[in-house]
Amino acid sequence: MTSLTEKRAPRPQPEARKIRGKVHLREHLMGWLFVGPFGVVFLAFLIAPLGYALYLSLFQKKLIGGTSFVLFDNYVKAFTDPSFLSGAWFVIRFSLVSIPLQIVIALALALILDSVTTLFARFSRLMIFLPYAIPTVIGAVMWGFLYSRGFGPLTDIFGLFGATAPDFLSSDLIFYGLLNVVTWQWAGYYMIILYAALQGVDPTLYEAARMDGAGRWQIATRIKIPLIAPALILILVFSLIGTLQFFNEPQILRYLAAGTIGADFTPNMYAYQQAFSLANFNYGSAISFALGGLVFICVYAFLFFTRKRRSFL
Amino acid sequence: MKRRRILATVAMLAAGTGLVACSSDEGGSDASNCTNTITKQNVPVVTMWGWYPNTQLVVDNFNKQHDDVQVCWTNVGQGSDEYDKFQTAISAGTGAPDVIMVEADRIPTFQIQGALVDIKQYGYDAVKANYSEGAWKDVSVGDAVYGVPVDGGPMGMIYRKDIFDKYKITPPKTWAEYEQAAQKVKDAGGPLFGDLGANVPAVLMALQIQKGATPFTSDPAQPNAIGVKLNDQASKDVLDYWGGLAKKGLVGTQDQFTPEYISGVINGNYATYISAAWAPGYLTGAGVGKGQDTGKFAVAPLPQWDPANPVQVNWGGSAFSVTKQAKKPELAAKVAYGLYADKESLTDGWTNQIIFPLNLTALKDPAFADLKVAFFNGQQANKEVYLPAAEAYKGVAYAPFGQYYLDAMTKQVSEIIKGSVTGSQAADRLQEDVAKYAKEQGFTVQ
Repeated sequence: MTSLTEKRAPRPQPEARKIRGKVHLREHLMGWLFVGPFGVVFLAFLIAPLGYALYLSLFQKKLIGGTSFVLFDNYVKAFTDPSFLSGAWFVIRFSLVSIPLQIVIALALALILDSVTTLFARFSRLMIFLPYAIPTVIGAVMWGFLYSRGFGPLTDIFGLFGATAPDFLSSDLIFYGLLNVVTWQWAGYYMIILYAALQGVDPTLYEAARMDGAGRWQIATRIKIPLIAPALILILVFSLIGTLQFFNEPQILRYLAAGTIGADFTPNMYAYQQAFSLANFNYGSAISFALGGLVFICVYAFLFFTRKRRSFL
Repeated sequence: MKRRRILATVAMLAAGTGLVACSSDEGGSDASNCTNTITKQNVPVVTMWGWYPNTQLVVDNFNKQHDDVQVCWTNVGQGSDEYDKFQTAISAGTGAPDVIMVEADRIPTFQIQGALVDIKQYGYDAVKANYSEGAWKDVSVGDAVYGVPVDGGPMGMIYRKDIFDKYKITPPKTWAEYEQAAQKVKDAGGPLFGDLGANVPAVLMALQIQKGATPFTSDPAQPNAIGVKLNDQASKDVLDYWGGLAKKGLVGTQDQFTPEYISGVINGNYATYISAAWAPGYLTGAGVGKGQDTGKFAVAPLPQWDPANPVQVNWGGSAFSVTKQAKKPELAAKVAYGLYADKESLTDGWTNQIIFPLNLTALKDPAFADLKVAFFNGQQANKEVYLPAAEAYKGVAYAPFGQYYLDAMTKQVSEIIKGSVTGSQAADRLQEDVAKYAKEQGFTVQ
């Protein structure tokens, strides 16, 4: 034992390096240990299913002839499939209208609530946020009933003016019917995010602006909005991803209006129909991946055009 | 209240079965969580999925009457809920029951995937005479039999007697008269005469068949070939007829089986409802024909195209099939043949309007024919309408991709309602769409 320590003594430097290396290794291990639980879940519930779906999407199963490897044929089919393309075109159109609308409403509400500090403002904030707390499915069912011309309030309201109520579940108006449901549900949520961002702005900036003679409108447009731009871009990305993956609301309203909302109404619904009601998991997977690609392109394009303003990604 | 009590009973029974299952390990592992209680021990068990409201009674009756086999029943959901589970079990190769309740139009879909057993060799001859030829055709693919018929949906025209009386019309016997009557009611400021629902393509399919269409044909000698004929003149005529009625504002264009439609039926917004024999039970459950509306409904035979050569058609109906995953197909077939085929179960089914039976022992029961249906204010609906319709029904060959066909039809009917295509154009588009899908699925389309 003693001889060992004696031997060690004259060579302190490599030993120190070794110890440092051991510490490093231990730190590494500790790091992996900490990441471990997340890593396992991440691999098991995200990477593995994605990989499996990708694998499935490279095959084709026919009622006659069974399963065969087709490489990217399913993708070629998806991008020439009128059902997928019309669904994709619908969600893109829907995004172009619904996202700006929601953001404008959310921003206006957040700015108003930020500059008013009465008890009423707090109450309003809660009420505006409330629709987000209602599950999407319940919200869609509720609106389905409100749109009803047989027993919904629309007939009575329009009746007062001697007009017939519009049918928001008809082919012509379903776009607006869904637009209303989505805006109702999400504008309050976005409002809260923007409101929180506004609360983080240093109030001395407003004071300085006021001393320089800026009015309320100028403070809002020149100071508040530029300062919360990162939050705005964040919710834009959220809503873009959410809208392109549109599923819950139309799927629920389909029970009331299957004629208007076809099984291929949005790409996600089409993937669901293919996989679960037509037992075509391969093509369903391919549609999901194709939609994923579409979402990626749209989000990337958006981030590219706003790259100067973003700070969170 | 009643439903709640049933639910409570089911829950209690489920709990009870759990206890029984714990105490005895005699049965197979699949039979460990039946909804029903199996009292006879050391007897082979056959598992079964089904959703008839009186399945409990039906299964108990069967188990009481048999000492060589016992049924273990699970309700995994109704219609597409069950089909989705069965489909998953087929894909997985495990998890399916031995016997499954399926609607007749689904049989080819599962059969083509090799998921069902041809039960002709397991005692078909002994029960052949118990069902009509049309009933057997609906559960057959080619010469092979893939199910035992249980209930059917012979079609008739349900109408509001009060509306017919008010506008002085008699039940139309032909479709031409139907349109005239609709026009008459409209001109007098009355309600809509009927409804063209995009979400009930099966009705339009039946009405096309009534005019002489044969949407799908298959030849057992060539299982890879299928005839798809969705745009022949008869199919076009029927779509044009209904599209015309909708365009003229004679019928509504509301999706059916929705609260909106039912509230319309209750409010008397529709003078007629073209539907099947199970409709009175469904409508009663949905709250129609109660309170002020009691006894306002009546039923008449389905209007015809050619009254000299009437054709009767069917909407809905179900059967018991044996799955390929059954370990003892012969035993499973015995269950499929015997379940819901005893007098006691059948009588319970038709007196409570749960099913329109296809078993001839029930159909020929004088009490069945004489039944005074409360929903129709005591009208003997079976004798007057549904029995003759069921007897004259010839059967249909369904498609092995029925779900796709029905979804595609819904899409086209929606276009007709929108007014963007005529019925004929919709039929052409449907033909193109479905034929393309059939080819994609590897069929030779004829």
